[in-house]
Amino acid sequence: MSSRITHVSGPALVMRGHDIDTDRIMPARFLKAITFDGIEAHLFEDDRREAADRGAVHPFEDPARRDARILVVNENFGCGSSREHAPQALSRRGLRAVVGESFAEIFLGNSLAIGLPCVSASREHVAEIMTLTGASPEVELSLDLEHERLTIGGREFPVSLPPAAKHAFVTGEWDGTSLLLERYEDVERVGKSLPYTHWQDAPAT
Amino acid sequence: MSRTLFQKIWDLHAVRTLPNGQTQLYVGLHLVHEVTSPQAFDEIDARGWRVRAPERTFATLDHIVPTRSQARPFADLMAESMTSALEANCRRHGIPLFDLASGAQGIVHVIGPELGLTQPGMTICCGDSHTSTHGAFGALAFGIGTTQVRDVLASQTLAMSPLKVRRIEVSGRLAPGVYAKDIILTIIGRLGVKGGTGYAYEYAGDTIDRLSMDERMTICNMTIEGGARIGYVNPDETTYEFLRGRRFAPPAATFDRARGWWQTLASDPGASYDDVVRIDAESIAPTVTWGINPEQSVAVDAGLPDPAASADAERAAVSEALEFMGFRPGQPVAGTRIDVAFIGSCTNSRLSDLREAARVVAGQRVAGHVRALVVPGSQAVRAAAEREGLDEIFRDAGFEWRDAGCSMCLAMNPDRLEGREICASSSNRNFKGRQGSPTGRTLLMSPAMVAAAAIAGEVVDVRTLHHEGVRK
Repeated sequence: MSSRITHVSGPALVMRGHDIDTDRIMPARFLKAITFDGIEAHLFEDDRREAADRGAVHPFEDPARRDARILVVNENFGCGSSREHAPQALSRRGLRAVVGESFAEIFLGNSLAIGLPCVSASREHVAEIMTLTGASPEVELSLDLEHERLTIGGREFPVSLPPAAKHAFVTGEWDGTSLLLERYEDVERVGKSLPYTHWQDAPAT
Repeated sequence: MSRTLFQKIWDLHAVRTLPNGQTQLYVGLHLVHEVTSPQAFDEIDARGWRVRAPERTFATLDHIVPTRSQARPFADLMAESMTSALEANCRRHGIPLFDLASGAQGIVHVIGPELGLTQPGMTICCGDSHTSTHGAFGALAFGIGTTQVRDVLASQTLAMSPLKVRRIEVSGRLAPGVYAKDIILTIIGRLGVKGGTGYAYEYAGDTIDRLSMDERMTICNMTIEGGARIGYVNPDETTYEFLRGRRFAPPAATFDRARGWWQTLASDPGASYDDVVRIDAESIAPTVTWGINPEQSVAVDAGLPDPAASADAERAAVSEALEFMGFRPGQPVAGTRIDVAFIGSCTNSRLSDLREAARVVAGQRVAGHVRALVVPGSQAVRAAAEREGLDEIFRDAGFEWRDAGCSMCLAMNPDRLEGREICASSSNRNFKGRQGSPTGRTLLMSPAMVAAAAIAGEVVDVRTLHHEGVRK
């Protein structure tokens, strides 16, 4: 059983832009290692280099954001490739939750499976959260998964996450393999009931 | 009660409802490749689990393998180590591996169907988002991450919530020079890259009915680029005839029984859908992406959008894409000079794709400034193409003829763009940096259009070529 995740608090890291794909989060050439160890060093690597070339500071390069715990993003974050290296790297970077307008589905599933809550807020609220935290790295965010709200100072924002994800985090059942292994006889029964598991061996009738 | 194919297959594979409300879903076919599996196998070993159903699990090598020479050991030590890891994991757990010596190696989404592993009525998972490809057979096929790969290895199931179903009806005749790739780029252009979030896409209509299995796979393959995790086509005679006689398809003795069951799977006529979208096939032109996501496409004879004329919500995205691509608002996409032409990927590397490209290429020469390569999707596709002499047509024209793999679609191997190169590509993603150079630029299009661009040295409308290259 994994640990319960009910609250996440800490400073924010703001990554603006819609449709940020997992190739951008983790370019494919860093998928060659057979472990996830140290993969966080390559988060947004090409993006960061491009920002540096422009003389800009990329959010993931900003020393003031080193202790960030909550990533704030816009729409359809994590689209594209199913590479779990993307949420793994965010998690290993110390980020404990993501707040955004919306998330791509495979990214959302991967994040749930590794215990990284992704919660949605309205476009207006995300914009306000970005404004509140964008200029002041020290501002603390407090995310309450049980009551689905994010608090910044005195300001409170409603957020949401799929009920199944909420249940999994709050009960600590997000690392669900043991649940899937609980009643293997049921799994075998379903497997045997499927006609296609017998085509190769069944005699003609 | 009328049901969709999605609901029928879902119900057949549901093991139980989990405490969080998700369904524990039985996985009928688990496909494994080298990149997204090593950490999953490590966890299986570390936790003392075993692979529950190695007989329902099949592996191959595709993402990291070099395509210029497949001689071992690979020059790239990380590629060699990743390959060795898959070999060792498959050996230890009794999982069949279609390796480089097998004659059956290739892109996982090409070989699954080719070997007859992919069948109607299955649930199919793989640690790769383009697993949606297999939906072309009337299966529920979807990509998963490494932790879920671990779950499937350990339990042959995974936890999932059901999806809504959107029926996309495509009707009418496709014009000459218009292909399945143009259909799916048009659908994504219409519905957007996130339009499919929360949905499975059911592709239907007389246009889809007339498509070959290869063409249906191209469409289902790019479903994920529209945000939908699953895309499928109801199985029909085209599906059954494709499967007959394949290595892992039901053998002759049981084929008719299998077919009888498959016939029960298609969505019932009265089934209800969460949404229905209609697309007129006759309105579809050869389509080219001009931006940095697959939704940003235009007909080859049209101009690029102008941010000033774009909707408020789109303006920033259009500006960002034009700036990255170095294109001007309103400029025609035809005439865009290219540096590289890539024919390959799980979207468009099957025999019929290579045939269509070869018809365009036959007797022509690749433009002097263009680097052009053809990467067959599998060793079997490569061999079949060579039996037809397609390799000679490509080589004579100045294309490189490569070994099977994912190649330049994602650049985890030596094939990649350099600097700001522009690539006419038959692959599926035009994200910034996708083809290996952070500043490289990708124009997605059909294989025939890539072939035409390679010859002309710039994007051209394949319909205007004055030879026999265009399918009538």
